[in-house]
Amino acid sequence: MNNSLPVFAVNFIAALVLAPLLPGIINKVKAFFAGRKGPRLFQLYSDLGKLLKKECVISSTSGGILRIAPAIQLTLTVLAALLLPMGFKNSPLMFPGDVLLFFYLLGTCRFFSVLAALDTGSSFEGMGAAREAFFSALAEAAVFAVLAFLVLFSHSWTLSGMLTGIGMDSWISFTPVLLVSLAMLLVMLAENCRVPFDDPETHLELTMIHEAMILDYSGADLGAILYTSSLKLWIFGSFIVSMLIPGNILSGWQETALSIGGVFASAVLVGIVESSMARYRFLKVPPLLISALVLAIVAMIFQLFFNGGIR
Amino acid sequence: MNQMNELFLGIFLCSCLMLAVSSRLLHCIRIVALQGVLLGIMPVTLAIGHGDIHWSVMIINLSLKGIILPCLLYRTMLKAGVKRELEPVIGYSLSAGVVLALILFSFFISGRLSLPAGASDLAGLAVPCSFAVVMTGLFTVIARKKALTQVIGFLVFENGITLFGAAVMREHPLIVELGILLDVLVLVFIMGISVFQISREFSHIDADRLNSLKEEAR
Repeated sequence: MNNSLPVFAVNFIAALVLAPLLPGIINKVKAFFAGRKGPRLFQLYSDLGKLLKKECVISSTSGGILRIAPAIQLTLTVLAALLLPMGFKNSPLMFPGDVLLFFYLLGTCRFFSVLAALDTGSSFEGMGAAREAFFSALAEAAVFAVLAFLVLFSHSWTLSGMLTGIGMDSWISFTPVLLVSLAMLLVMLAENCRVPFDDPETHLELTMIHEAMILDYSGADLGAILYTSSLKLWIFGSFIVSMLIPGNILSGWQETALSIGGVFASAVLVGIVESSMARYRFLKVPPLLISALVLAIVAMIFQLFFNGGIR
Repeated sequence: MNQMNELFLGIFLCSCLMLAVSSRLLHCIRIVALQGVLLGIMPVTLAIGHGDIHWSVMIINLSLKGIILPCLLYRTMLKAGVKRELEPVIGYSLSAGVVLALILFSFFISGRLSLPAGASDLAGLAVPCSFAVVMTGLFTVIARKKALTQVIGFLVFENGITLFGAAVMREHPLIVELGILLDVLVLVFIMGISVFQISREFSHIDADRLNSLKEEAR
């Protein structure tokens, strides 16, 4: 573990640089299933470059939060990424209980996006904000059930310890880990506003959530928001990958390749989910999130009663 | 093989949850079929490393519970012209919570049971899982209105009993198994016919509305 810091740094920079690839991969997968050619893989990079050159137009009713919200969201998300173990190496910032900080950094990020959406004064964005707040409150229950399971499973209170602690030996009984990964996948789809919960393709529909909230951004602000959401996708993908793939089986740089490849694979999975199912009605979203919670609790039961299975 | 069985039991618990939250009847039928297929495979995976494999049980379970009964249910669904359970007695979110409570309860009570000496080493996990499946089936019978969903609940209940038998008593006699299966087959046949009759007579298959027929007629 003495060379863990450079590996972490390389992985962290890779996450920052490669994150805009994920929406490109998802769109490519969706285009493949639809039989189309689809946008280029590097489309978001070009979009970001174009948006950075444009000026920002701020709504005249705004009280100022709209102006600072994108910067705050970007900063908080990067901070959260710093707490996550990357490439199966512990984060240098880890401390006991940092999971709470990790999820509440993301929560504060969401708080600011909701606040900024209300700040625009548009009732349409207020609607999106209300939905975002409602669904993420339900998702949080599932997140904390997953966290409780991870604490039970790894006997560690740090995020890095939890995620890298799931080693090869824990695969002797993989059912609870699989259940929790499924729950986390549902949370990932909900938090990133992907298909069963929200359709990122729709831009002017009454049913949308995330896209409704970012209608008023323009220029570099919109670029920051788009980049933040792709980084968030990377964070959740990386979370699931480090939960599923046992670390400590390969040497340093192979692990790096494995984790980055795993995140790309999770993007492909999201693309497959998006092309194979339709967005759920609002009424059906709460049961889905509750079943994510229940999955995590079932995994916890497995862990509590059988110490992870029959040994 | 224990990991395999453990995974199957995990899938069983998940299927109970899916049954609680799904409103489409086709979905429910698919879940019952999945449980039937798992019940067909489990006698084999349970017996690996323990000697003789009950191929007959596997084939009968797989064909009857995995294929024939779901097909019958599907046919009844098409004939009755119902696609989904619109107004359940207990809502879907609450149902998920209730099923979770039932799972917890079954883990709790089976922790206090003393298992027979001949039970397999998997029984510690299989007993609570089968209890959970049984209770989910009964809960489905109570919490849903459509007669077809109630039949599905009964089938899930029966799957739980079979799971209990398969996992705990490896040497249970074939004749008992066949008796249970025959009962269920006959029940599904009768219910299939009566559901069709109900829907033709009253243009709905809500079982709870049948209670008040007499008063309305007066």
